[in-house]
Amino acid sequence: MNKIPNRQAICETLMAHAKNDRDIIALCSDSRGSASMTPFFNEFPEQSVEVGIAEQNLVSIAAGMAHVGKKPYCFSPACFISTRSYEQAKVDVAYSNTNVKLIGISGGISYGELGMSHHSAQDIAAMTAIPNMRVYLPSDRFQTGKLIEELLKDEKPAYVRVGRNPVEDIYSEDNIPFEMDKATVHKYGVDNEDKVVIVACGEMVRPAVDAAKILEDRGIAATVIDMYCLKPFDEKTLVQSLEGARLVISIEEHAPFGGLGSQVASVVSANRPIKVKQMALPDDHVITGKSKDVFNYYGLNAEGIVNAVCNLD
Amino acid sequence: MNEKELTLKALDLRKVVVDMIMKSGGGHIGGDFSVMETLVTLYFDQMNISPENKDDLNRDYFIMSKGHSVESYYAVLADKGFFDTKELVDTFSQFGSKFIGHPNNEIDGIEMNSGSLGHGLPVSVGIALACKKDNRPSRVYTVMGDGELAEGSVWEGFMAAGHYKLDNLCAVVDRNHLQISGSTEDVMTHENLKAQVRSFGWNVIEANGNSIKAMHDAFEAAKTVKDKPTCIIANTIKGFGGGEVMENKASWHHHVPNQEEYQQIIDAINARREAVISE
Repeated sequence: MNKIPNRQAICETLMAHAKNDRDIIALCSDSRGSASMTPFFNEFPEQSVEVGIAEQNLVSIAAGMAHVGKKPYCFSPACFISTRSYEQAKVDVAYSNTNVKLIGISGGISYGELGMSHHSAQDIAAMTAIPNMRVYLPSDRFQTGKLIEELLKDEKPAYVRVGRNPVEDIYSEDNIPFEMDKATVHKYGVDNEDKVVIVACGEMVRPAVDAAKILEDRGIAATVIDMYCLKPFDEKTLVQSLEGARLVISIEEHAPFGGLGSQVASVVSANRPIKVKQMALPDDHVITGKSKDVFNYYGLNAEGIVNAVCNLD
Repeated sequence: MNEKELTLKALDLRKVVVDMIMKSGGGHIGGDFSVMETLVTLYFDQMNISPENKDDLNRDYFIMSKGHSVESYYAVLADKGFFDTKELVDTFSQFGSKFIGHPNNEIDGIEMNSGSLGHGLPVSVGIALACKKDNRPSRVYTVMGDGELAEGSVWEGFMAAGHYKLDNLCAVVDRNHLQISGSTEDVMTHENLKAQVRSFGWNVIEANGNSIKAMHDAFEAAKTVKDKPTCIIANTIKGFGGGEVMENKASWHHHVPNQEEYQQIIDAINARREAVISE
């Protein structure tokens, strides 16, 4: 059982590069512990900036630093960085085109017990709507590390959301299929006639893979698309996967509007007459509980996906 | 350039601003006129910035936080040689123009986009902090409006700059006491502004913001202060230089002059020009 959360993978990747690249800067808003960034702050104090509980300042200061050649990574809970500093992300980062990477930690309903103030179930919708802002929700720690490696190579704005808790591994140290801005495809039961496509992102990829294995045993071919790149959205991979499918399921830790499901529905409807089932959090206050219990309550798990596939023709 | 030449330049550039606004039918003329001496002093007396060194990381940096005074900013940058004044006047705010009604960093000389208030100071803090880390000689300047100070993010910026002792940062408040709804003191008072900013760990200087010499002296004094950022409260008159028709009137925040008003403004600028020359 994996015990390393994706946020820790980000810290480790940045630390590996920060030794040789003094322009890498980590900024926190009293969030270094929550972000697993304490080791970075301890080892690279000159490359660390604490702004206090001030997310607007966090993002604007990062934009200013980027303007003078720094490579800032801003860490704050996704609920705050995607809304409290939304205008700073829009104006100072995306509009001014500064090389700022916004890392939303403890995203979605990671803080399930803490109420809606601490949930970020709208960040995909909000961030994808900003021109020149890329949006990524990596699935496991290995993919997260690869994503950060790639983001270190470019100089464009991006928003990355990761959850608080460790995610069961999907990939492994020696098997991390990853291409920047291209979804990763997993196929199960390819010889079966009944074909479905499951598109997932972030923490929902693992239950999607688990569901695909169950469906394979039931004689159903399931293609799982790990759509970690919400923007730019890998429309091509999705469309190529639709051949012969009777159903497309999207599953996400997000509100039912403006997230993965909306994009999947939009792409599928423009290309094939195939039914799309969107699985997401409700347009309502999410029930209190640990994230896994909340997922189970709303059927955002392997069983829920299997049920959706088997109950829809 | 000497003080008299800069004073005349500030008057002449006001004519460019009026022409831009007359031609486009929009703009924020009142604040443009109040902030002009600040911009002219920065670009022609203080800052190490020119079209030749615009990409040199060791340059000085200016962020126009009160982005609605973009007409003055554009006029100054054009005069500095970043782009052509005629093209500016002809195309400002016209369909498809790059000269948008707020600063746009796709234009040479403009560092960052602004328009929404309360961004310039925190962004400048980031620039100043990065310059400190890299031991750059750069100084970082930003200009805010006094109405803008109601934005909470401004105070986040004041707080961080004081905390990090950014003595390479100088923020100017264009203190014209008027905003779109009326007196700043009626809308949201900053009666104790000097004490407020000082309490955040800043050095604070008050100066006549419509005097080239006073602003020169204030900027020079700011350079000598160690371990503290400096805020210059530039006491100005909204519409300064435009004469009785527009000076100190909140209604001129974004008023577009009619032909008669236009002539009155030009006459007022010319009269002041003659007075400066004969001094």
